Amino acid sequence: MKEFALIFRLNDVADFKPSPEQMQERMNWLAGIVAQNKLADKGNTLLPTPGSARTVKPGNVVTDGPFTEIKEFIVGFVVVRTADIDEAVALAKENPIFRIGGSIEVREVLKQA
Amino acid sequence: MDQPNVYTELLPHLFRQEYARMTALLCRHFGLKHIEMAEDIAGDTFLRASEHWALHGIPDNPTAWLYTVAKNKTKDHLRRISNFEHKVKDHVREDEALPEPDIEIDSKIIEDSQLAMIFAVCDPLIASESQICLALQVLCGFSVEEIAHAFLAKKETIKKRLQRARGDLRNGNFQLNALSEQSITSRLDTVLKTLYLLFNEGYFSKSGSQLIRRELCAEAVRLTLLLTGHASTNTTQVQALLALMCYQSSRLEARLNASGEVVLFEDQDRQLWDQSLIDRGNYHLISGCNGEEASKYHLEAAIAYWHTTPTGNYKWEQILPLYTQLQELAYSPVTALNRAFAYAKVYGNPAAITEVIKLGFTDNTYYHALLGHLYSGLDNGKAVEHYKVAIQLSTSPVERQTLLQEMGRVV
Repeated sequence: MKEFALIFRLNDVADFKPSPEQMQERMNWLAGIVAQNKLADKGNTLLPTPGSARTVKPGNVVTDGPFTEIKEFIVGFVVVRTADIDEAVALAKENPIFRIGGSIEVREVLKQA
Repeated sequence: MDQPNVYTELLPHLFRQEYARMTALLCRHFGLKHIEMAEDIAGDTFLRASEHWALHGIPDNPTAWLYTVAKNKTKDHLRRISNFEHKVKDHVREDEALPEPDIEIDSKIIEDSQLAMIFAVCDPLIASESQICLALQVLCGFSVEEIAHAFLAKKETIKKRLQRARGDLRNGNFQLNALSEQSITSRLDTVLKTLYLLFNEGYFSKSGSQLIRRELCAEAVRLTLLLTGHASTNTTQVQALLALMCYQSSRLEARLNASGEVVLFEDQDRQLWDQSLIDRGNYHLISGCNGEEASKYHLEAAIAYWHTTPTGNYKWEQILPLYTQLQELAYSPVTALNRAFAYAKVYGNPAAITEVIKLGFTDNTYYHALLGHLYSGLDNGKAVEHYKVAIQLSTSPVERQTLLQEMGRVV
């Protein structure tokens, strides 16, 4: 079994706060992964709001949030445990984030020996 | 007509809710050895309430009223004992003296007392059937009659079971006021098993009234919820068990029809499923996941998830491996037969029939009911034959009714 981080991205901060229905769909999706014994780590939600996000760069430069530079910003991640990346992608495809224009990056986790 | 519901509605409701809590709170002060005394005081308090409220009306805060009366009764009781000790005996030995009647009452202390009581009742040395009776009586405030009704047993049988269990409880010397890490770890398994059985008794029971069954389920949920409220008992297994109870409860309304007969899963009206309970189930299933542990409760909750999710396209493909895992973890004929049912859904009835026959539980009702189901449409003669054996073996009128119905569909 391998582990893959599913990294969630959104385009619009306004979409960050989900409606009750979106929350329900999201929980149902995650519960489905648990119910397949495929959730390795519940991960976390990362707040994209001003005051909660800063980027630190060389030369003692600190900017507010990642918003100004990249169009999409990370809002959270979970880690799944599957046989291969295709299975992880199949799980990601079921996520309701695509309906609000978000995206998911699937990345294999390097297992430390 | 303001008052008649004191007897029919308010008191029974409060009794259920507060009697067990009050007993737990008083036991915390007296120790389990004096559980009967605590119960007497709680019982007296409710008696006093029924008299007083009928004459003077219901107080603004009935619960507070009850606890004030209980507190005063306790003080009186302790004063009487101490008078007796002083006058009759020449001296009172220090270690025999009862604690000062300074009973603090707040919701946190009441909850802690109840939690401690759960662990006291779930003594691994008490036989599990007695334990459930004891749990129903001490933790949920059920009467002997109600317990007998729920188990379709004679009152005398239940009384004997309770007496034995109470004897064990008194002799166990369990410390209620200081629930230690050690007693939590050594007893949590038994606690979960008892709550699981309590819930199942309500959910699957073929006996008792619908009302009592629903209350059994609700009590099991309430006590499990209590466990999640405390850091030391809020384990992933507790969360998984609660998820299972939420998923199952979401279908409570749909699985019995107006006349109390069981509605088979596939015939249930999904509009009657309670979405808010499904959502809570999802929440607890996720909370109960630590990425590694898959206990019996995790697996059963996962199976229940697939039964309730609206996107259950490949549901049986998901359920079959879960049953396989469950069977390896905790083998029982029911699990094996449930797995065979899932197997049929994935690989078809003929393949499943071979699997079931290999199990060979020929004196089990469900074994024959399942074969009846699997043979239907393939070999109706054999289907009816198995249904007939199943009906013969069944001890429950409700179950026989359901089986007759199923057999009727074949012919």
